[in-house]
Amino acid sequence: MSTDIDRQWTTRLRRRALKLLPPEKIMPDTQPTYVSSWIYVFGVTTMAALAVVIASGCLLALRGPQWWHTSSVGLFVNSLHLWSVEIFFFAMVIHLWGKYFMAAWRGGRALTWITGVVTFVVSVATAFTGYLSQSNFDSQWISTQAKDGINATGGGAYWNVLNMGQMLMWHIVLLPLAVVALVALHVLLVRIKGVVPPFEEPAKIRVGQ
Amino acid sequence: MSFFHIAALLPLNTLGHYIHWRWIDISVANFVVIVLMIVTFIGALLAPFPGRRRRKEQQ
Repeated sequence: MSTDIDRQWTTRLRRRALKLLPPEKIMPDTQPTYVSSWIYVFGVTTMAALAVVIASGCLLALRGPQWWHTSSVGLFVNSLHLWSVEIFFFAMVIHLWGKYFMAAWRGGRALTWITGVVTFVVSVATAFTGYLSQSNFDSQWISTQAKDGINATGGGAYWNVLNMGQMLMWHIVLLPLAVVALVALHVLLVRIKGVVPPFEEPAKIRVGQ
Repeated sequence: MSFFHIAALLPLNTLGHYIHWRWIDISVANFVVIVLMIVTFIGALLAPFPGRRRRKEQQ
């Protein structure tokens, strides 16, 4: 007989989450041997770079454009933001190439693959709005060149690359939130479904099996 | 030596260099990054992963 507590949405949500992702599955002590590959190191490098991107972005938001264009510390943090993005994309693309040739969507892992690809696409949009938010001649040039491309798709009516306020808000709020949420979902799915085994192994293998 | 002296060693205020080949038009910087990515990818596939043999023997 179920009690009032059993019927609470918080109780049901907690039980469902624990069933889907028990602690030993979300932070496993061991992984199969085939996970010992540099390809996964590049996945982790991507997340480490993302942490630096966000931290340096927060510093840039604290002090503003005048600081990052003129002071030596500001220029350093601005460069740190740019180069961590370069490492983010560099590592992400190598991880993506590796997973593509491993056919990482095998064994019911389609959503893991899709979240990875969507993260890549959203990251490109985030980087693009970052170029538009630099507040220098470079951002002016890129926005005036890009407006024709965006307008040709019909998207210009909703997403105006010449609107500095809109692009900055997308760059520092909406798109980073989307990237972080997608990365979190991607990692959770890797934990739930397990890392894809090599071609000679049955594709249905999951963590702990 | 100041930050600007060090920065002057690598002049970034000049026009970029481009590679033109048929319909391909790419900056040298982008081309170098793509080549580095391909080299790193091949390295990631071929380089032995530390401790992999030990883990295999344990299993």
